Amino acid sequence: MTTIDTLAVDSVLHGDARDPRPAGRKEWVDVCAYDALLPERGAAALVEGVQLALIRTFDGDVYAISNRDPFSGAYVLSRGIVGSRGDAPTVASPMHKEVFDLRTGVCLDDPEATVEVYEARVRGGRVEVVVT
Amino acid sequence: MSDADMIRADESGESEEPVMTSQPQRRLVVVGNGMVGQRLVEAVQERDLRHTWQITVVGEEPRPAYDRVALTSYLTGTSAEELSVVPEGCYDDEHCVLHLGESAVSIDRDAKTVTTASGRTVGYDALVLATGSSPFVPPIPGADLDGCFVYRTIEDLDAIRERAGTAGAGAVIGGGLLGLEAANALRSLGVETHVVEFAPRLMPAQVDQGGGEMLRRKVEELGLGIHTGTATQTIEALDDGRLRMTFADAEPLDVGMVVFSAGIRPRDQLARESGIQVGERGGIVVDEGCRTSDPAVWAIGECALACGKIYGLVAPGYEMAEVVADRLVEGDAAFAEADMSTKLKLLGVDVASFGDAHAATPGALEVVYADPVAGIYKKLVVTDDASTMLGGVLVGDASAYAALRTMVGQPLPDTPEQVLMVGPATSSLDDAAQVCSCQNVSAGRIRGAISDEGCCDVASVKACTKAGTVCGSCVPLIKTLIAQSGVEVSTALCEHFELSRAELFDVIRVTGLRTFSEIIARHGTGRGCDICKPAVASILASLDSGHVLDGEQAALQDTNDHFLANLQRNGTYSVVPRVPGGELTPEKLIVIGEVARDFGLYTKITGGQRIDLFGARVDQLPAIWKRLVDAGFESGHAYGKALRTVKSCVGSTWCRYGVQDSTSLAIMLELRYRGLRSPHKLKSGVSGCARECAEARSKDFGIIASENGWNLYLGGNGGFNPRHAKQFAVDLSTEDLVRTIDRFLMFYIRTADRLQRTAAWLESLNEEHGDGLEYVRRVIVDDELGICADLDAAMERHVEAYADEWAAVLDDEDKLSRFVSFVNAPDVPDPSIQFVTERDQIRPADPTTDSGPVPIAGPELEVVRR
Ligand code: SRM
Ligand SMILES: Cc1cc2nc3c(=O)[nH]c(=O)nc-3n(C[C@H](O)[C@H](O)[C@H](O)COP(=O)(O)OP(=O)(O)OC[C@H]3O[C@@H](n4cnc5c(N)ncnc54)[C@H](O)[C@@H]3O)c2cc1C
Ligand code: SF4
Ligand code: FES
Repeated sequence: MTTIDTLAVDSVLHGDARDPRPAGRKEWVDVCAYDALLPERGAAALVEGVQLALIRTFDGDVYAISNRDPFSGAYVLSRGIVGSRGDAPTVASPMHKEVFDLRTGVCLDDPEATVEVYEARVRGGRVEVVVT
Repeated sequence: MSDADMIRADESGESEEPVMTSQPQRRLVVVGNGMVGQRLVEAVQERDLRHTWQITVVGEEPRPAYDRVALTSYLTGTSAEELSVVPEGCYDDEHCVLHLGESAVSIDRDAKTVTTASGRTVGYDALVLATGSSPFVPPIPGADLDGCFVYRTIEDLDAIRERAGTAGAGAVIGGGLLGLEAANALRSLGVETHVVEFAPRLMPAQVDQGGGEMLRRKVEELGLGIHTGTATQTIEALDDGRLRMTFADAEPLDVGMVVFSAGIRPRDQLARESGIQVGERGGIVVDEGCRTSDPAVWAIGECALACGKIYGLVAPGYEMAEVVADRLVEGDAAFAEADMSTKLKLLGVDVASFGDAHAATPGALEVVYADPVAGIYKKLVVTDDASTMLGGVLVGDASAYAALRTMVGQPLPDTPEQVLMVGPATSSLDDAAQVCSCQNVSAGRIRGAISDEGCCDVASVKACTKAGTVCGSCVPLIKTLIAQSGVEVSTALCEHFELSRAELFDVIRVTGLRTFSEIIARHGTGRGCDICKPAVASILASLDSGHVLDGEQAALQDTNDHFLANLQRNGTYSVVPRVPGGELTPEKLIVIGEVARDFGLYTKITGGQRIDLFGARVDQLPAIWKRLVDAGFESGHAYGKALRTVKSCVGSTWCRYGVQDSTSLAIMLELRYRGLRSPHKLKSGVSGCARECAEARSKDFGIIASENGWNLYLGGNGGFNPRHAKQFAVDLSTEDLVRTIDRFLMFYIRTADRLQRTAAWLESLNEEHGDGLEYVRRVIVDDELGICADLDAAMERHVEAYADEWAAVLDDEDKLSRFVSFVNAPDVPDPSIQFVTERDQIRPADPTTDSGPVPIAGPELEVVRR
């Protein structure tokens, strides 16, 4: 699971939108216990070299989006405030407060900007995601 | 004067020979740099973009033009710099030169030159006299004695303030608008004040007998002694340095000082001596273009006699300045008779008069409403058929002033009684109606600013149109126009809460709800956001609901409060231990150095007299803080909307000028208020003497030592819009000081808006209550709202409940478990964090410039875990 040694430092440094990862078919990867996620808060996870923001909303749903804030290039979205705008479940970047729709990854303050969204689910008390 | 000024001055004709045709530029000379002279310069600069005029201004006062209308605020803490009305850069360019501290002494109209007291001779093509007026001192024997003052310049106020310290009692001669303003100022300086007025009532020029009676009662309630119908005969010096005033038919009065405010006399001497026509009773006669009897000479402001009148107000002066500026660029603007409406500022008594207040128009009818119990007197003057508004007087309640004033000369929208009782309907305001008379701004202009320029509050309308920036009496009307425009001036916190922060604070305090889920379920909608969640978190923290990371509260916090550290641009955090008052032992200094070295952190001395350690990853924070807490440090709350630092100077302990122990007080205050959560951050400073090395007046609450105790200043701010704190109390004992600050802070915490610093909060109170600081005094000193005991108790609770947030986290496995890089790989440092070195320390790698070889400092660098 920790493919950290294969990680190209360069691509992290240069802030490519897409993290490098092996191509393949849809595969659910076990990440952590559901209980490890606080209600209405995010946590960062490192899955196959990809930095994810796992976010548990008030209703108990879990979303996974890229942890990289596209505006600052810092990997911090998991540390933002979780809430809602209209019907959309959201997270606000802790850097400069742009708000993202957790369902689509679209930035609601600047629709030009989006972050990658990953499939996530809870199975038997564990959180699983698909990063391929 | 700079060398550059000298050269320019020489060029513009130090020689007697006026320079003629060879120069393409025409020369404009302005005598007097008061409010109106300054306005002229700006009005010419705005119109004359090709610089066809070379402008030279000669001003007698030692400083550039300042806001004389707001002069009195100088006594309550506004500084001379803050009063300045000269825009930055106005005199920086070669086309416009200002000579200060120099009075013009003669005009040679044939040679077209002006000569100053220092011997400078300046040639002109156009000369504008803006010499203003001087206070009239009646020819009473003794009027020139030591202890007699006038009230016109900053220097006058400096002298008055000095004398007031020892005067005991004082008298103001003149019960007009200015006299009452001066009397109130004396009173605020601690002087027992009497007002002596020759006429049978106060403000004889503005109000009628009925209004005058009501005004007298109101003013007496404030504690001023009123002597109307009283003529001062002599002033004699007594042996003890005091002054005895004798009157025609009243007992003599012994006072420590006398201030004359008995009217003004236009300063027309220059014109008079050079043969320019002046009025019988003074004033330089001008035509509708503001030109004097010499076509090359103009006069504007209080020195001018326009339409047969001297205008003692700034608005008509501004109007004249615009007219002359227009004429100087070949326009044909004309000055028409101006509005003389006035409103008393500052006194805490509403008095206003507008239009034909004395019903001088033939056949005019007066409609009067008086309520002696409530102290209200209102009068409207209308035409004989009650169809047109002519003017009026308001005493005790002048809320309708701004709106009524705009209706002078207009058809009455309703019966006069209705208009008097209910006030005019502002929606019927014509676009042409003048809302701000000081800056001549119409209702239409303000509506335009709201609809086309996106102005949605008073501040932005002020910035866009200048309306409301002089005497402020039109601000209520501006508010109404904004409200009517349909622009919602919403006080809602965000889309989830209709309530304002202050309302939400009260709801939470009174209902006892202590979780966000309950609060939003009952009083909001949706699931909250990055605005309301931290605001609720801050309110809960102010109501001392335990640790900021307890239970649901943790999820409400911004990342800074969540990790009890400050987020930096690359996703790392900074660590700021508290260093109360900036005092630090060598041992502790060494610990900070060791921690920084062992964790490879960048260190910097902050602007707040402490040390910031940068570049810590989330997963390093507990280990760093363990070391710091073990060495006796605690959280500095650099991450929270909370007390930051109380800056200190060394004070009387070491400093040879110090008069009190400022360091000890700063430490005491910092320890008292540490951890106090508030709408925005709070900063303080304590200086050991008036030299002010701790910059206390730039702080939310600043303290400056005096010989007898502590002087307290409130509402200072650095940041984007710096403001000096205003003096609130002097010579306080430490106990009184602490109680006053306790209440000030708690009142601010309860009522301010989210992210509103104390300076902005006080300004918002100005808009609601006239004088925000006075209002605060009524609440926290006079206990007008009866909440002081409650505020005191709330602060006591805070002080008792304080515990170090970081120590508490280190003791709590559950809280500690959040300080990991990845939920599924807690020991893997975030690979995206990379540093390079600069000046022997780390800094975040910049992906755009720090490419190429892998940076020298990686996440594992130099980390020693002990
Ligand atoms: C570290 C420091 C600069 C330095 O290297 O010296 C600093 C750093 C930051 N300041 Fe500051 N300010 C620092 C002293 C000041 C001062 C000077 C002072 O306190 O004497 C001021 C002006 C005084 C004032 O506040 O009135 C100041 C006015 C601001 C403002 C503007 C506040 C305003 O009312 O307009 C902000 C922005 C804000 O708070 O919204 C700000 C915000 C910030 C933030 C928190 C920006 C952010 O959100 O990341 C910076 C990060 C702090 C950190 O530790 O990571 N900082 N900042 C200083 C820390 C002092 C301390 O020991 O606590
Ligand atoms: C305490 C106070 C409160 C006031 N409140 C209000 C109010 O609420 N509303 C309102 O409308 N008005 C108010 N006024 C009046 C207002 O301040 C004046 O109408 C306004 O300042 C007039 O501007 P001015 O430029 O004509 O004159 P000034 O501001 O007096 O400026 C004239 C300048 O010319 C200088 N000068 C004179 N002779 C010479 C010379 N020979 N050579 C060089 N320089 C010379 C003077 O030193 C002075 O600096 C108030 C005035 C005072 C004192
Ligand atoms: S403010 Fe006064 S006491 Fe304090 S250091 Fe400066 S000069 Fe000394
Ligand atoms: S009327 Fe004086 S500022 Fe508007």
